[in-house]
Amino acid sequence: MQGRGTAVCLPADIDTDIIIAGRYLRTKDRSIWATHVLEDLDPALAPRLKGAVIVAGKNFGCGSSREQAVVALREAGVVAVIAPSFARIFFRNAINIGLPLIESDLACEEGSTVVFDLSGGWVDAGGKRHTIRPLSPRMQEILRAGGLVEYWRAHR
Amino acid sequence: MSTLSERILGAAAGEYVDRKVDRAYAHDGTGVLALEAWKEMGGDRLGKETGYYIQFDHIVPANNGTTANLQHELRDFAKSSFMQFSDIGCGICHQLMGEGAVLPGEIVVGADSHSVTLGAFGAFATGVGATDMAAIWLTGETWFRVPESVGIHLTGRLTGAAEAKDLALAYVGKLGTDGATYQALEFVGEGTRHLSMDERLVLANLSVEAGAKAGLFYADDVTLRYLKEHGQDASVQDYEPCSYRHELDLDLSDIVPLVAVPHRVDTVKPVDALAGMPLDQVFVGTCTNGRYSDLARFARLVRDRKVAVRTIVVPASASVLEKAIRTGVLADIIGAGCTIGTPGCGPCLGYHMGVLGEGEVCLSTANRNFRNRMGVGGEIYLGSVATAAASALAGEIASPEAG
Repeated sequence: MQGRGTAVCLPADIDTDIIIAGRYLRTKDRSIWATHVLEDLDPALAPRLKGAVIVAGKNFGCGSSREQAVVALREAGVVAVIAPSFARIFFRNAINIGLPLIESDLACEEGSTVVFDLSGGWVDAGGKRHTIRPLSPRMQEILRAGGLVEYWRAHR
Repeated sequence: MSTLSERILGAAAGEYVDRKVDRAYAHDGTGVLALEAWKEMGGDRLGKETGYYIQFDHIVPANNGTTANLQHELRDFAKSSFMQFSDIGCGICHQLMGEGAVLPGEIVVGADSHSVTLGAFGAFATGVGATDMAAIWLTGETWFRVPESVGIHLTGRLTGAAEAKDLALAYVGKLGTDGATYQALEFVGEGTRHLSMDERLVLANLSVEAGAKAGLFYADDVTLRYLKEHGQDASVQDYEPCSYRHELDLDLSDIVPLVAVPHRVDTVKPVDALAGMPLDQVFVGTCTNGRYSDLARFARLVRDRKVAVRTIVVPASASVLEKAIRTGVLADIIGAGCTIGTPGCGPCLGYHMGVLGEGEVCLSTANRNFRNRMGVGGEIYLGSVATAAASALAGEIASPEAG
């Protein structure tokens, strides 16, 4: 699985309350989550996430299990998230909806182009190639299917 | 020898396994998306091998038409399937699962990050998101990466005004918010023997605040006695020496009342260092500190006195509320000028009641103090029940050991 996008840099320990606040959760209207994604961090950020690869610090997605957080990022147009580590529920949630996560410790250059190849196990950023920790075989299968819903539709 | 997580999951740390789930639960917050995903997966009816539960606890009772419609749909589904359904006012999902449902050795998955709470019973209990829960509704099982474990060795006893909550904040402070990511915590050592089930539930509850996948106690006589009171028989789990990835030693007698300051659970300071900070609200409740023992402790400290700041007390379940009425605890709390909310999560998630205004400061017994969580511009300090009582009476952060 390959992809490319424009780097948007975020700090460490971004929690899911910050990604999408509790006050926006009671709806099934996904466009609301896309509009308000990361609003409490930076209200001007959401429109810049179309075609973005988020490059964040460690422990991205910590806190609440709310799946609206990964949906909000995907609906806003985020192509992938790269961080040295992710909170585990967020990790599963992202793969389950087909949003690639990449565990890699790389310096973020705002606005630069980031290219990745998950099966190849690398990400190019800032003119350098970095190796990435591979996903488990099951997670790769789920991601290849397009998410867990599609995975189970094909496997039942 | 194996860790408790390895024993329950039946494989060594680092291995990926598919396992049948003994109990799976979701609430009104995550259940809505799970139901949608389950339908999209082609789900039509649930199997009978897994115990399935839906509890309404996050926005209870419904605060507006949108929430009411979402809950209506989920309620209809829960009632028309094999789900064990607990409607508004029954209580917090984790508390209800801990009132005799979860047994030692079980694999328990909840669609909420604080599902780790049930590790207090010697179960492997962990949180997932909505789509994972939908797949469990579909198949009765899920995959796990068997975690490495962090051994938290407890010695001694809590003294003075220190509570399990202070001990929990102490270990989160030492491990950091990602100190145990992808790993499980195991609470071991002679210090565990002096901890009641309610205290163990507090310690397990906070394990996700250190990033942990689970937080487990070995079932012992204390566990068995508690389960017996809730109509369940179980066996003890003998501790066998095993290898931990990290170890942390904590002497309970060193623990003093602590507060986690905004906006991180791992920035922990002694209450004394913050004494005098003016408060706008005190909140006692949640899956951390809304049990009967918490309410009784709070009542004892505020009885025949008046709180100096608005104070919201929310019982964790209907049975907690019922017992608090029967024993007079509730009358003491109301007599002190506090207000009571419907059993459930209450103001913790900042949606429908007890929301903070901009610049307002709250001392809360909950487990998260993330930025804006209880309301945009509000600040959350996390502390124990005794710290909440002392602070409510003073109208500012106050040490429970001062009075």
